[in-house]
Amino acid sequence: MIVELGHFALVLAFVLSLILSVVPVWGALKEDEKMMSVASPVTVSMFFLVLISFAALTVAYLNSDFSVENVWQNSHSAKPLIYKITGVWGNHEGSLLLWVLILVFFGALVAIFGGNLPAPLRSATLGVQGWVSAGFLLFLLATSNPFNRIPNPPIEGNDLNPILQDIGLAIHPPLLYVGYVGFSITFSFAVAALLLGRIDAAWARWVRPWTLLAWAFLTLGISMGSYWAYYELGWGGWWFWDPVENASFMPWLAGTALLHSAIVMEKREALKIWTVLLAIFTFSLSLLGTFLVRSGVLTSVHAFATDPARGTFILVLLCIFIGGSLSLYAWRAPLLKQGGLFAPISREGSLVLNNLFLTAACAAVLVGTLYPLALEALTGEKISVGAPFFNLTFGPLMIPLLMAVPFGPVLAWKRGDLLAATQRLYAAFGVAILLVLFTFWLWGMERVLAPLGVGLSVWVMVGAIVEIVTRVKLFEVGLVRGFSRLKGLPGSAWGTAIAHFGIGVTALGIVTATAFQDEKVLTMAPGDTVSVSGYEITFDGIAPRQGPNYREDVGHFVIRQDGIVIAELDPSKRLYTARQMPTTEAGIHTIGFSQIYLSLGEPRDGASIDVRVYFKPLITLIWIGSLIMAVGAVFSIADRRLRVGAPKPAARRQAIPDATPAE
Amino acid sequence: MTDAFAMTRKQRRLTMIGTAGAVLAVALGLVLFALNDQIVFFQSPTDITEKQIPQGQRIRLGGLVEDGSLERFDDARVKFRVTDTANTIAVTYTGILPDLFREGQGVVTEGVIGADGVFVADNVLAKHDENYIPKEVADALKEQGHWQGGEQ
Repeated sequence: MIVELGHFALVLAFVLSLILSVVPVWGALKEDEKMMSVASPVTVSMFFLVLISFAALTVAYLNSDFSVENVWQNSHSAKPLIYKITGVWGNHEGSLLLWVLILVFFGALVAIFGGNLPAPLRSATLGVQGWVSAGFLLFLLATSNPFNRIPNPPIEGNDLNPILQDIGLAIHPPLLYVGYVGFSITFSFAVAALLLGRIDAAWARWVRPWTLLAWAFLTLGISMGSYWAYYELGWGGWWFWDPVENASFMPWLAGTALLHSAIVMEKREALKIWTVLLAIFTFSLSLLGTFLVRSGVLTSVHAFATDPARGTFILVLLCIFIGGSLSLYAWRAPLLKQGGLFAPISREGSLVLNNLFLTAACAAVLVGTLYPLALEALTGEKISVGAPFFNLTFGPLMIPLLMAVPFGPVLAWKRGDLLAATQRLYAAFGVAILLVLFTFWLWGMERVLAPLGVGLSVWVMVGAIVEIVTRVKLFEVGLVRGFSRLKGLPGSAWGTAIAHFGIGVTALGIVTATAFQDEKVLTMAPGDTVSVSGYEITFDGIAPRQGPNYREDVGHFVIRQDGIVIAELDPSKRLYTARQMPTTEAGIHTIGFSQIYLSLGEPRDGASIDVRVYFKPLITLIWIGSLIMAVGAVFSIADRRLRVGAPKPAARRQAIPDATPAE
Repeated sequence: MTDAFAMTRKQRRLTMIGTAGAVLAVALGLVLFALNDQIVFFQSPTDITEKQIPQGQRIRLGGLVEDGSLERFDDARVKFRVTDTANTIAVTYTGILPDLFREGQGVVTEGVIGADGVFVADNVLAKHDENYIPKEVADALKEQGHWQGGEQ
């Protein structure tokens, strides 16, 4: 009964999305207050309907209701409670329902918190969000209904893919989807503004918090996915340039560019045409990602069981949304007036440079991701474009970008002084050089690029600190007054500095973990000891153990430094009984920011076993840096100017009490 | 240093376009170079037997792991044979095989062909689902099936 209720709620939500698609948009174009006023309540109702639907599916999972096909295929009565819940989105249908839930959630957020938006822009934006919702609700209902029943329900389910039976499934997909789908709002804002023909600095100010929000979640989603793959797959890698990873990384690159170009638009009314295009591109790349993951053209851990009908459906949706928005753009963008002028060397100039490198890098990733598909479709030749391609194209494009990062914030608007900016950054440059020399001293001259990479990362990190120090004139006004000025800095200044610092931290982690990693692969018998980077690791033996829905062989290892025991690790090989599927559970010990990583191969005859041992220096910085970036975004969102600074006629502002508009 | 603000509007625009052009040209150059150099072609055992693949060129070899062909050595080295039912290639690999590596199942390996004709893999691709056969492998096997069908 609950399942049918969920299904019914979903159908109702679809009907509402059709109303939302037409009435408010029409109203916004005709400036009809009544029609526009439909937008908010319909959007909020849609959110509650999809929420009911999602709750219904969750209940079916909790009750292990195997009469529902989706539950039967992806659950098992012996599965731990947490995985019964997270299993809801551990499959194509359920995860798409989560996708749609977040889509309508963002619509509801705009409906509730968009009080400071002009009514036509708000209703048109919600209307466009309605188009996207209608497309995906139809996709869900027509090809991927999670509520299908089975006539003769089996007694036991097929269980969830064991790789997904991990806390990572509770964290990574929701974060990633909030990011991915969050960009739908900037897309809707862009399309609505094009429809209404009004795009100005205020528009950028309204859009930026939404972009920041989506970007922060996408950053966290990608980074948590990376950490999950790192500890769960047992390969010791944290990024594989897998097409599906790229699918989430491309919107991130475009979204990062969008964040920066929106600043120029907000402050200087320049780059309007470009910013709107980026807003469209960013969500288009999210849609492309959805297509790549769900259509079956790619094979990866994320590619769900495939059905050609689904691929075709998404491809059609993709063409309608991307083609439609770009056509609208081509038609309306020439109407936009050119904004403020600026010299090439200026804050604006540096932000343009940022956009150039980010979009070029995004294009390179796009080519690498789609080229194999295109080549196979055209010639039948099968190729793989892997890490070497991306390292060679993406890497060199990031180097000048990272070199330029500290310059941007210390340059003035309109017309900057490169010499003065350079003088301010002497300290950062000095620290970076010292670190380069230190790294050379530590590791010798055999590696040249790695110490330079360390220097580059430190340059970005210290540059971010210099930015704050310069802002408050810490050394000119004295420490006491300087510190009190720190508190007065706007949130966006803190946000910029913190996020840039985070980029430097991530870059440092990438460089050190890649260049200075120590890896050993060997067969160990009980009592054997192996040494990595000065740590001695002794293998004690293997013992079997029984888990709730798996059996495992657990290896016991003792780690010693200078003969003193510092940790014990128990990596294991598991066999999930329902699917007869083996998995590897790595053993990880964190020392400072570095990690020792142990994973097991097949047990040999007797008691020996293949073991892969890594020492990964400073690897956790990769993920810590991304957390810092997200914190930076939070600071920027919290900036008062973004929330209340939207220009509005003074009289009207007083007439409308705070949040909820009266129209 | 030139005073940027003294530039005319045209000069400014040219600087912008020039910079953008330069960055895009570099990106394009990198992409083309990498596409020429860094991509890896997929080959089945029959492809390798029939075509002359230069020694040292990286390729992806895919097929089924031949039943009974897996040998393990003490230094975490393994040997196995990859077959597409018509031809077979011997492979060596040092490292830990993916969880779902099994005899009789599909596999994709990446590496180079050694002087003795043995394929030296430095990467054996793990698949995440027990029901899954790599698409390239499935296609290659299908191709073999047709070819055998034609012979008979």
